[in-house]
Amino acid sequence: MKPRQVIPESGDDIATGPDTTGHEWDGIKEYNNPMPRWWLWTMYATIVWGIAYAIAYPSWPLITKATPGLLDYTARGALEEDIRRFNASNAPLDEALVRMELDQVQSDTNLYAYALRGGAAVFRNHCSQCHGSGAAGATGYPNLLDDDWLWGGSEDAIRYTVAHGIRNENDSDARFSQMPAYGEFLETEEIDNLVEYVLSLSGQDHRIEMAVAGSELFAEQCSACHGDAGLGNQEEGAPNLTDAIWLFGGGRDEIRHSIYYSRYGVMPNWNERLTESQIRQVSLYVHQLGGGE
Amino acid sequence: MPNQALIVVLGVLTLLAAMAANYARDLAYMANALTVMIVCVGLFIWRVRRYGEPPRAVDDGYQDGVIRAGVIATAFWGVVGFLVGVVIALQLTFPVLNFEWSEGLLNFGRLRPLHTSAVIFAFGGNALIACSFYIVQRTTAARLWGGNLAWFVFWGYQLFIVLAAIGYLLGATQSKEYAEPEWYVDIWLTIVWVAYLAVFLGTIIRRREPHIYVANWFFLSFIVTIAMLHLANNISIPVSIFGSKSVQLFAGVQDAMTQWWYAHNAVGFFLTAGFLGMMYYFVPKQANRPVFSYKLSIVHFWSLIFMYIWAGPHHLHYTALPDWASTLGMVFSVMLWMPSWGGMINGLMTLSGAWDKIRTDPIIRMMVVSLAFYGMATFEGPMMSIKAVNSLSHYTDWTIGHVHSGALGWNGLITFAALYFLTPKLWNRKGLYSLRLVSVHFWLATVGIVFYAASMWVTGIMEGLLWREVDANGFLVNSFADTVVAKFPMYLVRSLGGVLYLLGALIMCYNLWMTVMSDRQRKPVDQPTAAAVGGAM
Repeated sequence: MKPRQVIPESGDDIATGPDTTGHEWDGIKEYNNPMPRWWLWTMYATIVWGIAYAIAYPSWPLITKATPGLLDYTARGALEEDIRRFNASNAPLDEALVRMELDQVQSDTNLYAYALRGGAAVFRNHCSQCHGSGAAGATGYPNLLDDDWLWGGSEDAIRYTVAHGIRNENDSDARFSQMPAYGEFLETEEIDNLVEYVLSLSGQDHRIEMAVAGSELFAEQCSACHGDAGLGNQEEGAPNLTDAIWLFGGGRDEIRHSIYYSRYGVMPNWNERLTESQIRQVSLYVHQLGGGE
Repeated sequence: MPNQALIVVLGVLTLLAAMAANYARDLAYMANALTVMIVCVGLFIWRVRRYGEPPRAVDDGYQDGVIRAGVIATAFWGVVGFLVGVVIALQLTFPVLNFEWSEGLLNFGRLRPLHTSAVIFAFGGNALIACSFYIVQRTTAARLWGGNLAWFVFWGYQLFIVLAAIGYLLGATQSKEYAEPEWYVDIWLTIVWVAYLAVFLGTIIRRREPHIYVANWFFLSFIVTIAMLHLANNISIPVSIFGSKSVQLFAGVQDAMTQWWYAHNAVGFFLTAGFLGMMYYFVPKQANRPVFSYKLSIVHFWSLIFMYIWAGPHHLHYTALPDWASTLGMVFSVMLWMPSWGGMINGLMTLSGAWDKIRTDPIIRMMVVSLAFYGMATFEGPMMSIKAVNSLSHYTDWTIGHVHSGALGWNGLITFAALYFLTPKLWNRKGLYSLRLVSVHFWLATVGIVFYAASMWVTGIMEGLLWREVDANGFLVNSFADTVVAKFPMYLVRSLGGVLYLLGALIMCYNLWMTVMSDRQRKPVDQPTAAAVGGAM
């Protein structure tokens, strides 16, 4: 089917070329060429396809609902089907994981590999926002790569922390402890002394006389939780003060801030949003990141 | 006497604006009220100083002063828009450029709507208003209707741009893409737009040609539809008459649907139909050839405007939007493919018999590449609206690349070509200062667009694939931050593309400036004629 249009070769033959409509605006004329046939037929084809698609898929809105289409497709249904399929194929592994003692999972290579892949996905989706994609944490959000654990680093301790969270108001089983804000009842001078002592614990530069004065106060006020030697206590979530790892910063100003105002880090409880299997997966994943006990 | 009345009105407006600034509940509103007050004071003084002077003799030729102003505004806002674009592209590449001291003023979130609005509404809008005023006069052989109303449209539109921009930077936004300006700015734009419609329609009614040229169909559909879209998508209730914040009438998915119906048709009627109006005049003029097919222009015009209006839901695939609406959006988007291409075919085929000019005329070259990008973007759009493709492309940089191959390629290049065409004519110069610089601009812009679009395709598809990647157990393989890190090199290439494009626009400004300044030899003034009337009937 050859188009009937005629196109002149050069610009000077408009007078003898194909017909124009006879209209002219500011020197612009219009040819009376027909529409390109391929263009027209492609447009018809898309329209025919559109009608067919509208018959096959949900399309025509009626009063209370729309026509469902011959294929009975819904976007939500397709997604649910995907989820159902994966859940069904994962179900035996999930059941095995929930039944097994966490520290035994590693002996089942297949199950352990499954848990780590799932745990990594849970971590990327739910944990990386605070703890970072690489789990290195940030100020106020613990680094999960080291072996310095606030509330314990065994598989079961991590599982408990993930499931119930820390200091949230949502789960009565959440891990809880609260350091007093010493600014409310110690003198500024006393706090300054304490700061110097805490600096000395982790081997940082400090003023010796003040640190000595601070040590007595430490034994009186702080050792109940942080221990006599400042090694911390995982029962209370009290950090070890002798190492170089600091959740809220280990400089003079940050330590003074921590003592003066206290700190109150919160983590949500994930037992309402994740399945037991997912909690166990992510606990095993975090445990093997580097510092698991 | 109208002058006295005007002075009184301006005085009252100044007072009201001052009161509004005094009672302002937020900084954006206060800054906007003060802007209005300053404008009113300026106009007031100007009118008072001219009090009693005899009215200027009315020129009965074409009204070209307002178009000259429009050309300057288009070039100015273009450079501003591109510059902000380069800045935010660099902010995405190097987040450290979101400085702490400029937080809440010049960070990405504040600058991004400034960029989109500056490019679409300030650059594109001024180009459309100026070109439509130019074209409607030439193709109707009539002076613009309404006297100084055209000047009101021009300055009113600039005020709209300034108010919106100040609002964005100070945090006043409706959070609706391309409809960010708050309620009082929307009301002002409505007034300006009605005046625009009146000028345009008035001129057409007064025409001395028997038929209405195709470019004017497109312009009219653009003006009318934008008015309708603007009104429907901005229905909101201000929290206080002295505050910028307003509450949308629609909620949830209804609001989302209204918004994307609006935004998609802003693309369809602002950036497509309006610019097709420009194309339909400048391409045949510059090529000095008749339009390829009258029949094609009729069919593609009506099919385009009928189908475009239904395609909005494709922006909301796989959301809370019901499946039937999703189907509707997708089907109409695919059917829209050929109607969109009709404009490209008519433009490119108009060059039949004049293809040799591509070698000698860089303006023709710009038009051809512009139409090529138009064709590419209007193929890519229907393709991306197909649900299977959209599930990959949605929310990724592919969308950004698609938008920019349309905006930089089609809208940008056809506007540059129009500015190069208009400047010598409007200032009565023999020709452009330098065709060589036009050629340099052409290459900078084209290479810039290629860098931009290609990098965004790569990063968009990569992003989509990384997001959806799951292992055999259905677990996600990548975290979001992984995908951000992977995009860095492509972000760098995109920024480079933007820099090249901006550089080209600066060269254009220099070229246009030198055209106006250096070549003082004047041509005889262009006068309206109805010479064709007899032959046409």
